[in-house]
Amino acid sequence: MPDDHGTIAGAEAGVAELGDLDGYRRSLGGMRRRDFLRFCTGVAATLGLSPGLGVRIANAAVAAARPTVIWLSGQACTGCTETLLRTQHPSLESLILDQISLDYSETLMAGAGHQAENWKAAALKQNWGKYLLVTDGAIPTKDGGIYCKIGGKTILESVTEAAKGAAAVVAVGSCASWGGVPSSSPNPTGAVATNKIITDRPVVNIPGCPPNPYNFLATVLHFVTFGKLPELDDKGRPKFAFGRLIHENCERRPHFDAGRFAIEFGDYGHRQGYCLYKLGCKGPETYANCPAIGFNDVGQGNWPIGTGHPCVGCTEEGVGFSKGIHELATLQSVAPPLGYPGVVEDKGQGVTPVAAATLAGIAGAVVGAGAVMTSRLGHHPPHPPGPPQTPSPPPAE
Amino acid sequence: MLAPRPLGGRIITPTFVIASTLALIAAAIVLYRLVFGLAAVTNLSDGYPWGIWIVADVMIGSAFGCAGYAVAILVYLFNRGEYHPLIRPALLASLFGYGLAGLAVIVDLGRWWQFYAMFVPWYMNPSSVMLETALCIAVYAMIICLEFAPAVLERFGLNRLNARLKRVMFAIVALGLLLPTMHQSSLGTILVILGHKLSPLWQTEWLPLLYLLSALLMGLGIVVFEAMISASGFRRPFEVEILGKLAGVTVVLLAAFLVVRIGDLAARGAFSLAFRPDVRSLMFWIELSLMSAPLVILGPPANRRRPQTLFLGAFVLLLGGIVYRVNSYLVGLTPATGNWHYFPTLAEIMVTLGLFSLEVVLFLLFVKLLPILPARHKAEEAGRT
Amino acid sequence: MSVSRRDFLRKAVEGGAAAAAAVASGGVPEAEAAGLQRPPRTLPPDAVGLLYDGTLCIGCKACVKACKDANGMPPDIHADQRGWNQGTWDSPQDLSAKTLNIIKLYTDGTMAVKDRETDGYAFSKRQCQHCTDPSCISACPVSAMTKDPSTGIVSHHPDRCIGCRYCVLSCPFGVPKFDFEDPFGRIHKCQLCNHRLAENKLPGCVDVCPTGATLFGRTADLEREAERRLTLKPGDRAVFPRGGLGGTPGGARPSHEKVVAAEYQQHIYGKSELGGTQCLMLSGVPFDKLNLPTNVPDYGYPTLTEGIQGAVYQSMVTPVVVLGGLLAIAHRNVKGSD
Repeated sequence: MPDDHGTIAGAEAGVAELGDLDGYRRSLGGMRRRDFLRFCTGVAATLGLSPGLGVRIANAAVAAARPTVIWLSGQACTGCTETLLRTQHPSLESLILDQISLDYSETLMAGAGHQAENWKAAALKQNWGKYLLVTDGAIPTKDGGIYCKIGGKTILESVTEAAKGAAAVVAVGSCASWGGVPSSSPNPTGAVATNKIITDRPVVNIPGCPPNPYNFLATVLHFVTFGKLPELDDKGRPKFAFGRLIHENCERRPHFDAGRFAIEFGDYGHRQGYCLYKLGCKGPETYANCPAIGFNDVGQGNWPIGTGHPCVGCTEEGVGFSKGIHELATLQSVAPPLGYPGVVEDKGQGVTPVAAATLAGIAGAVVGAGAVMTSRLGHHPPHPPGPPQTPSPPPAE
Repeated sequence: MLAPRPLGGRIITPTFVIASTLALIAAAIVLYRLVFGLAAVTNLSDGYPWGIWIVADVMIGSAFGCAGYAVAILVYLFNRGEYHPLIRPALLASLFGYGLAGLAVIVDLGRWWQFYAMFVPWYMNPSSVMLETALCIAVYAMIICLEFAPAVLERFGLNRLNARLKRVMFAIVALGLLLPTMHQSSLGTILVILGHKLSPLWQTEWLPLLYLLSALLMGLGIVVFEAMISASGFRRPFEVEILGKLAGVTVVLLAAFLVVRIGDLAARGAFSLAFRPDVRSLMFWIELSLMSAPLVILGPPANRRRPQTLFLGAFVLLLGGIVYRVNSYLVGLTPATGNWHYFPTLAEIMVTLGLFSLEVVLFLLFVKLLPILPARHKAEEAGRT
Repeated sequence: MSVSRRDFLRKAVEGGAAAAAAVASGGVPEAEAAGLQRPPRTLPPDAVGLLYDGTLCIGCKACVKACKDANGMPPDIHADQRGWNQGTWDSPQDLSAKTLNIIKLYTDGTMAVKDRETDGYAFSKRQCQHCTDPSCISACPVSAMTKDPSTGIVSHHPDRCIGCRYCVLSCPFGVPKFDFEDPFGRIHKCQLCNHRLAENKLPGCVDVCPTGATLFGRTADLEREAERRLTLKPGDRAVFPRGGLGGTPGGARPSHEKVVAAEYQQHIYGKSELGGTQCLMLSGVPFDKLNLPTNVPDYGYPTLTEGIQGAVYQSMVTPVVVLGGLLAIAHRNVKGSD
């Protein structure tokens, strides 16, 4: 097979460390070396890193000891897991199985019952302090958390216990991130987010319903590669993915700016791809990179707004599942100054030196002439009072 | 009675040449404005839609033009025949003042080619102060022409026409007294609709009266001013006796003006605004000083007989009137929405300067060619009687 | 909020007393100010207008764009951008001969919260207020400004306009604008899209408003809607209509439900200011902060000017009487002096 060194710009320096990866095809989840490097570079790009770092990610991913991942699902619809399975390049499950050691996942693991629970206990013990804890689904707290139990234990207990030995905690999906659907009013089970249970360390939130798998993957590989979490915003979300409003990168934004709105589903504006704000689109108040990376790797425009449905704001606490789907968003990005004219604007042409000098000159000349005239008239004696008399004698002609 | 006579003499003098040049420059700028629009030569804006072409040329020019009005009041209304020698020069000042104000309006109008709409009965808006003012001024300009016509008719020996005109002159004179009373006060009423946009230092419902009084004052001032200038310039005797009496009338009117002006400010409690450290206060005090000074200068009767103080009083009075009009139309104005600026462009100033120069040119031409100024030897004869 | 007519008149009369002597000698037929004011005009029966609710406005400027489209207005390039902006980006700073409708922004301090006076910001829409007693109509010498007797919409007729710009000077809201740059320029102002209303369409700005911040309707209905909103408290859920109140013209638009975010200023701007306006405004910040004239009387200025004019020129009786007297005097004196 021909060597493909040159395919990834800037990767040359680190390639030597990878050695002859083609000999370890199985360890790369069936990927060829070229595909693997491309995947890692893609992950680097998602993280906003330079392509060269893709090689470091590749190195980290194939390092001898695969990091253990414990995946606990609470009040979840399994959508978060499903979305991970839907990633196509590469077939993600192979990477999960081969690059990280997914030691416990209720949905994906082959074992069941006591076997699975024992394996989890063993894995926790063996990797205490090193493993990555991933949670999806909300955690019910009412009545001691009895509304979600696995293996006779409430998820509240499981998460609390597993968190103690975790190197990092990642909450995947809206439910784990901020409560999601289960926490919606009236919230009968007292469902809360992971970071309400684990308060002694930062919890990385990857909200979304479902979350974009690449945001999760990029976060995990960032942790694996650099040994630390990516930069987070005030809601614990990685800034590389949740740093900007959907509204800012939306492909329909020009329609918003031009005042073209779809008013009803299926109307002219809707068919023309106009802005969905009037239909309740929450893009203007929702932080996520959906318009930039899309879903399911099938090309541009494959995301809710792209398909003609207003964003429901699933990544945003207080917006998704809290506000009505067709309720208008509260714009966040108009915070001034953004090119609005102020209530008072300076207008008109004020004084210019030439005009001022001319006017001053004229005024000076007038006053000067008046003064000269006055002083000249001073030579004339006052007119004597009395009846009309001969005016002053005429000067010589 | 002193019959007026053409002055004669050389036409082309240095003053005439300079004034003509300035008038020609103005004409060129006006042509440029007609082709390229108002923005090309002026600093006019939506905040200051009226600049110095309106304020200086119309408001001040027509106030200068009140010379004929002011003297006509004295001569015809109060039957003071002794002022009669002043009437023709005064009417000449009026003719130019109003004629050129009209010209300035046409140049300033954004849609000058539709000016005729003003005179189309079914377009007229009877509630518009502007319409009343414009029609009055237009009719009055014609009246001045008729009042002045004898000077031209005499010159060209059209005596029969002249005699016929003199038979109806009383009606013309009566209109010539009524119309300026109407429109000079309306120049003040025009500002009342600005409401809060005009500083309380100037905004008052007494504006019509203040504008009428100040127009009379400026009219009288210009009569004295122009008599002194022409006496000095043409080396003629000073008609101090008669001008002194005129100054006496001026003092009374000025006192009335100041009573209304200051009384109104005090009654509305607007004086506090005059003590703020801004341009407006400064201009207010300049205006008030210039308007009060002539009272001091012309107050003592002895000063009214001295050419020097007589001239100075009239000159300061004119300056005061000018500043009052500039203040109430430009300085005191706060345009709606926003921080607007206005200062005339060089071109605007040159047009105004050219227009006033044109008045000088025409005045020189007229007094030299037409019987306007009282003949000197007759004056001497009259003096001996 | 406004100086009452009574106060204004009292001051005027006091001023009048001080100058009474001067008036007597001046001979001007100027009666007491109280007698000088003409009665204020009342709202036409089917007066229509806009209700702009600044707390609903999201600043999308769709109305600015729609207004340009509806009225065929060109882009308005900010003076600072003329060097590079060749008309690709409309950047009006204010109402102008090219912009009949604009969204302005109030800012203070950190500008953190919408509709808050300190450290906040607020939007404000400007267009013709369609006054009940418009200064521009009173001012115009050639009746180029007209008020529809039924709808009360103030329109401009350039076919007779002489370009004197007295309307520009007299408007208390700074609405009519003259195109100084065009040698054959004209006055431009919002005419409430009366050409669209004639086609049973909403005014451009209302048509596109996504939040119903700008509503069209009969002024009386708009006032009722505004009154309703003034009773809302922050946190209340309320339904806000869009388009035309009552679904006219052009059919009903979907309304939307919203949590009230800001506290309303307890005042409907335009209800009483300067004799009232057909376009009303609600705001979360004080109206004077939006650079609207607030310390103004509750009657239009034309009541004063037309009062003065009316007193003097009522049916031209006074001038004719005065002229008669003048004729008599002049007849005697002209004879005597010549």
